[in-house]
Amino acid sequence: MKIAIASGKGGTGKTFVATNLFHVLSARGDRVSLVDCDAEAPDDLLFFQAEKISESDVTHQVPVINKDACTWCGRCSRWCNYNAIFYLPSAQVIEVIENLCHGCGACTFACNAGAITEKPVSLGTVSSYKTASGSPFIEARMHVNEMSPVRVIKAAIKEAGSEGVTILDSPPGTSCPFVQTVDTADYVLLVTEPTPFGLSDLKQSVDTLKTMNKQCGVLINRADIGDSGVKSYLEEEKIPLLAEIKYDPAIARAYSEGRLASEDNKAIAALLTELADIIISDHGTGSHKR
Amino acid sequence: MELAVISGKGGTGKSSITAAFATLGKELVVADCDVDAANLYLLFNPAHEKSEVYIGGHKAVIDPSLCTVCGICESYCRFDAIREKEGEIIISETSCDGCFFCSRICPMGAIKMVRSDKSRMYSGTFRNGMMVYGRLAPGEENSGKLVNLVREEAKRLSEEKGLNTVLLDGPPGIGCPVISTVTGADKIIIVTEPTMSGLADLKRVHEVARKFSGEVGVIINKYDLNEAMADRIEGWCAAQETSILGRLPFEKKVTEAMVAGKSITELYPESEISKSLGVIWNKLISNGKE
Repeated sequence: MKIAIASGKGGTGKTFVATNLFHVLSARGDRVSLVDCDAEAPDDLLFFQAEKISESDVTHQVPVINKDACTWCGRCSRWCNYNAIFYLPSAQVIEVIENLCHGCGACTFACNAGAITEKPVSLGTVSSYKTASGSPFIEARMHVNEMSPVRVIKAAIKEAGSEGVTILDSPPGTSCPFVQTVDTADYVLLVTEPTPFGLSDLKQSVDTLKTMNKQCGVLINRADIGDSGVKSYLEEEKIPLLAEIKYDPAIARAYSEGRLASEDNKAIAALLTELADIIISDHGTGSHKR
Repeated sequence: MELAVISGKGGTGKSSITAAFATLGKELVVADCDVDAANLYLLFNPAHEKSEVYIGGHKAVIDPSLCTVCGICESYCRFDAIREKEGEIIISETSCDGCFFCSRICPMGAIKMVRSDKSRMYSGTFRNGMMVYGRLAPGEENSGKLVNLVREEAKRLSEEKGLNTVLLDGPPGIGCPVISTVTGADKIIIVTEPTMSGLADLKRVHEVARKFSGEVGVIINKYDLNEAMADRIEGWCAAQETSILGRLPFEKKVTEAMVAGKSITELYPESEISKSLGVIWNKLISNGKE
């Protein structure tokens, strides 16, 4: 089964939960893999000793226009919905703005003069690793200065396959990168903090998941700060509160140094193991035992 | 002058710091560009003078009564959004990129492009000037376009009302909404935290920021969570010739202020963090007058 770890607000502890959840399941011998889907800010790898097994480019096809063959009909530009073809026939100018191109291929099809060919442009990489415990880790990493991580995320999730438990560390927010990540998930664990900002973003995430018919539960991180707004909301909406973790400087310290808190904090390890068992037994499909 | 606050990593304190600046400054326009997790309005309760419908991206919708299941659309779609399932063509809303290609090539004219009109842009007054923010409807795409709209409105208001400073609260990450936030801004302020992830994400967002503005400064928030890491970040910034605007301590009062619906500088003006924020703000503003 696929479990997505998500949150509307950034910095609530998604990466902390995803990496430690992966660690406790892997340590007890479960068949588990982790996919870092936060392709704009991928950080999971900082927490593991891992050996790189493969790296592949994620590309899309961008048009190349042969001006000599162009009949200046302008059809390619009209078919492009992203304003990626700048067309000024009076000055004999036609140019592809690669940064705006989404690689849909409409212009290539639209051209009746055979003036458009295509070339691959790299958007990012998908890398596979084997962690020290033997469990696979996959990282989606968008290139800096690219616009959208969606294709890279999609490729990384595909690479993970569908055996055992796959943990997807989602990007923050509720727009396309988040939607692409949770789309394949069987269950979404929302990590939030009990503050007005946390609550507002949690509501937005829940509303988005409702439109997608996704089941979700909540982990409240730094549960002893802020106010009671998140809990009241969860009760009203009948959304399961699966776990609470209090603010602990030692956990923050471990995180800052790229260490997994669950390696030496038994209480955290136990809490996350129990959390995983609840999710797997209630929503799991297939076997996660190795 | 337009100042953009961004972070790469989420949850480093962008919005709390922006809120402090917005209440330290006099007569300004604040624009919340984190359109899929907008939060500042919770502190500023803007009197809504205006709400505008934002028409989002397109989605392809198929009319099964016209569709002959010829499969042409499926074979040309490069976003894997179209599948034949049990003799019926299904278009995935989450995978559809809105490129129009399928609707143009369907021989039966069975595919229509539909636009969402659920996203909004709001503008109004708050206690220290004007505020603009966007709210992307759940699961909507094209957040960069909404950011552009929010910025245009902020600029218009600053000219109309004679408010010289425009303060932008940006989204996390490095993709299209971030690029839309920083393009053309006079100064970019990156808020980071002293963690391995904070540094890794700083490096990526710094590369984006540098591309769009000569004036990039860094604030290390919660520096006392790991002072050695804070020093390492300062060292890295020095090597890039990027100025450190200041260090801010971890302070639970920031959450307290958020719960009270205020900025930290409003609720605890005499605290160490408020004083440091005041120094940073004056630095940002005075530079602009040179």
